[in-house]
Amino acid sequence: MERKLPKKLNFVLTLLFILFVAFLLYLANEKLDEYVLRVVRLIAIYGVMAVSLNLINGITGIFSLGHAGFILVGAYTSALLTLSPEQKMMSFIIEPIVPWLANVHTDFLTATLAGGALSALFAFLIGWPILRLSGDYLAIASLGFAEVIRIFALNAISITNGPLGLKGIPEYSNIWWCYGWLFVTVIFVASLVNSSYGRALKAIREDRVAAEVMGINVFKHQLISFVVGAFFAGVSGALYAHWLTTIDPRVTTLGPMLTFYVLIMIVLGGLGSISGSLIGAALFAILFEWLRDLEEPFVLFGMRVPGIKGMRTLVISVIFILVMIFWQRGIMGREELTWNNIYRWLKRRGESG
Amino acid sequence: MTSPTLDLSRKPILILDQVTMQFGGLVAVDDFTAEIRQGELVGLIGPNGAGKTTVFNLITGIYHPTKGKIVFDGIDITPLKPHQITHLGIARTFQNIRLFSDMTVLENVLVAQHHKFTNPDADRILKINGKSAKRVANFWFWRSVLKVGYLKFEKEMVSKAKELIEKLGLSKFMHEKASALPYGDQRKLEIARALATDPKLLLLDEPAAGMNPKETEDLMRFVERIREEFDLTIFLIEHDMKVVMGICERIIVMDYGRIIAEGTPKEIQNNPKVIEAYLGREWEGV
Amino acid sequence: MTFFLQNFFNGIMLGGLYALIAVGYSMVYGILRLINFAHGDVMMMGVYFAYYSAVVFSLNPILSFTVAVLGAAALGFLIDRVAYKPLRKAPRISALITAIGVSFFLENLAVVIFGAIPKSFLDVFKDKSILEKTITVADARIPLLTFLVIIVTFAMFSVLFFVVYKTKIGMAMRAIAADIPTTSLMGVNVDNVIGFTFALGSALAAAGGIMWAMRFPNVHPYMGFVPGLKAFIAAVFGGIGSISGAVLGGILLGMIEIFLAAYFPSVMGYRDAFAFIILITVLLVKPSGLLGKKAIEKV
Ligand SMILES: Nc1ncnc2c1ncn2[C@@H]1O[C@H](COP(=O)(O)OP(=O)(O)O)[C@@H](O)[C@H]1O
Ligand SMILES: [Mg+2]
Repeated sequence: MERKLPKKLNFVLTLLFILFVAFLLYLANEKLDEYVLRVVRLIAIYGVMAVSLNLINGITGIFSLGHAGFILVGAYTSALLTLSPEQKMMSFIIEPIVPWLANVHTDFLTATLAGGALSALFAFLIGWPILRLSGDYLAIASLGFAEVIRIFALNAISITNGPLGLKGIPEYSNIWWCYGWLFVTVIFVASLVNSSYGRALKAIREDRVAAEVMGINVFKHQLISFVVGAFFAGVSGALYAHWLTTIDPRVTTLGPMLTFYVLIMIVLGGLGSISGSLIGAALFAILFEWLRDLEEPFVLFGMRVPGIKGMRTLVISVIFILVMIFWQRGIMGREELTWNNIYRWLKRRGESG
Repeated sequence: MTSPTLDLSRKPILILDQVTMQFGGLVAVDDFTAEIRQGELVGLIGPNGAGKTTVFNLITGIYHPTKGKIVFDGIDITPLKPHQITHLGIARTFQNIRLFSDMTVLENVLVAQHHKFTNPDADRILKINGKSAKRVANFWFWRSVLKVGYLKFEKEMVSKAKELIEKLGLSKFMHEKASALPYGDQRKLEIARALATDPKLLLLDEPAAGMNPKETEDLMRFVERIREEFDLTIFLIEHDMKVVMGICERIIVMDYGRIIAEGTPKEIQNNPKVIEAYLGREWEGV
Repeated sequence: MTFFLQNFFNGIMLGGLYALIAVGYSMVYGILRLINFAHGDVMMMGVYFAYYSAVVFSLNPILSFTVAVLGAAALGFLIDRVAYKPLRKAPRISALITAIGVSFFLENLAVVIFGAIPKSFLDVFKDKSILEKTITVADARIPLLTFLVIIVTFAMFSVLFFVVYKTKIGMAMRAIAADIPTTSLMGVNVDNVIGFTFALGSALAAAGGIMWAMRFPNVHPYMGFVPGLKAFIAAVFGGIGSISGAVLGGILLGMIEIFLAAYFPSVMGYRDAFAFIILITVLLVKPSGLLGKKAIEKV
């Protein structure tokens, strides 16, 4: 028989947990220095990226590599909305900004929602052709579309300021915005997954043909998942832009490299697990910061070793490959960290011990 | 080709009209014409590779025929997609079991009920709680994410799923992963899942494969029971002659993509063409 | 006419380079159903091998190119053994993710070993005059280099076709592409043949990359990404799994790119986007590509 905690208890525990986390965040915001706090905020932004990609890749089984494209759309859209008209006029030096963008100026929430919405719209349009493809073709096609978006950002100078990118974006992504959006993302995605729709999405991942025969319109469901994932990717892009304060369309910032980073997070955490994505995002952010030392000069056995640039991404990629070869299920596999699962786990330990 | 047992008072529910399927140079189904009538239990037999599974794939829209027409319940379903055909009331099982292996038994059966809420014809298909299904189906996505006007339908789905699972004797596996089930039980779960879509016509592709004689016997009784209980028409591929001869009212025999004989079990047993095919080549399970 | 000829030769050259890289994708896909994401990066490593053996170890260009091609072949073989072989029985998507990881690894390895700052491939040549020579064909001045590249590409394809269609190992490759289980029953060491395929594909990609670098001399760790993606597109365009398809797809893609950019210079910046549009169109209209065989997934 399935062992379950009473619903009420479950709810109370969850509420307490959320309050506890909120309190921790409050403490962190008060006590931690700016540098550490930046990483703490980044964890939440990565979390939104990872959970949204995980909905598409891990839960629905659409192997999309286009996430950076959606993040880029969210980042640019929101930044163009929060930058003041004067700032925009000053920074667009190659070509002046198009008039319809020059004077719009909104608050951060509107800008973030607009970023998410435009990203979702892109996903809707891109989804029509690419979701008709299968497996690995879809992977390349989505990567290609992300590249097309990036090439557009590089060339549509009067909209994006081209290779110069956007600078001086206000640093609005404070701890509350970041974790607030993370909360919304997790609740939304978890609620979707734990519904009739979520089961249909998982069924598509497990066996596409059987899902179709069960009456599931596979294309439509994949499109829904893709659009929802893209919306939150756009939101994460908005948060990211207002965390970075400078964005540009290079390969290494909002290009394929970022998609790979997010992919690493969800693979490490466990493809298909929301809590895994969160753990993966946190681990990645921390590991990446921690490995920064590798690129600084350091002293080994009394010898001064010069810092080597690129060392930390190299280490990350080695870890990634090792995980794929030896530990494909990642930290959580497809399991979730729920009170029920913790309870069952404790009980089992109690019985065997 | 009308056989004496064909009860002409029943109306045909499925008509295959000169259906042909070619894969490159191979003609897997060749000029296949047949009728299944409301409430019938028809068997489809033939040697390995005769094209039986392909016929099912054509009926369910997984393949689209090179030539010919398929009509179900008065609707031309030839160009339709699998999910649309399921909406109209055809369900099937697969010869090479295709369960959602990483999902639980309960979830497998629940998935099969999802389509009722996303079906544009929901109205015609079912009444939920006496309410017009169409009203429920509108905004079903938002309902299920925001959990407003959702939970009572979820409860209904779960209780229906549990009932089906119980009927098939799979209750003890309720929360097990489908892949953890013994082979024979996986076949049963496929049937439960198919029934959960609320079909009028059920296609069973070798349901007794891998079962022992006792299980096979149970399965035969079960198929007869669900036929009554759910008011089903059943079209079944089976290589176990005992099953086919024991429960089918009418049998269609295929060889090399063509129909070579059709009739009552008795007629088929005595048909010289069939006997020749029996003796001439190795038959599955014979 | 002059303008047309110039572009025509450019198109053939670029297309030939895409084709050289595309063949490696196609052969591996034909055998393993794996998109070897790292293929473009193996090409990049090949270019660095050539650069370093010429500039640091002062080998003459021909010798350094040979070393680089062999080095890339060894690298390709090694990647298969270390990263892909353990995953032969895993879900296909796992191998693809690993391939992405390998790609990422090679790029970062290049950053660490060779540095992120771009190098000029022209440093390889002490005498740069050969790069500037031109030949006049019906009023059009075509760089000698263009001809050289076309000739070498042609020669390499001749060798490739010989290997695949006339040798024992080539036969084994084709047999495995058709059906792995029975081939291994026939006493063929499947893993060695797969390894050989990786080596062969990588060697061709390195050769393509070196010629690419003579034309576009900017050598950097991410240089393999775009040509790699485009070569993959070329392979799909022609019909993935088919070697002649890869050649045809590569040349067509090169031609289309050059001519679009030549006659519509205003869209020059978007040149890299064409390839993806072509990819999507091909996949939607004829997913099996120009020379591929249509197949319906068996259920
Ligand atoms: N998608 C497909 N592509 C190519 N050939 C197929 C496909 N599906 C079935 N076939 C071929 O069609 C023939 C009939 O197969 P099938 O219908 O599975 O036979 P049966 O179910 O009677 O054993 C076989 O020769 C099989 O190989
Ligand atoms: Mg069959």
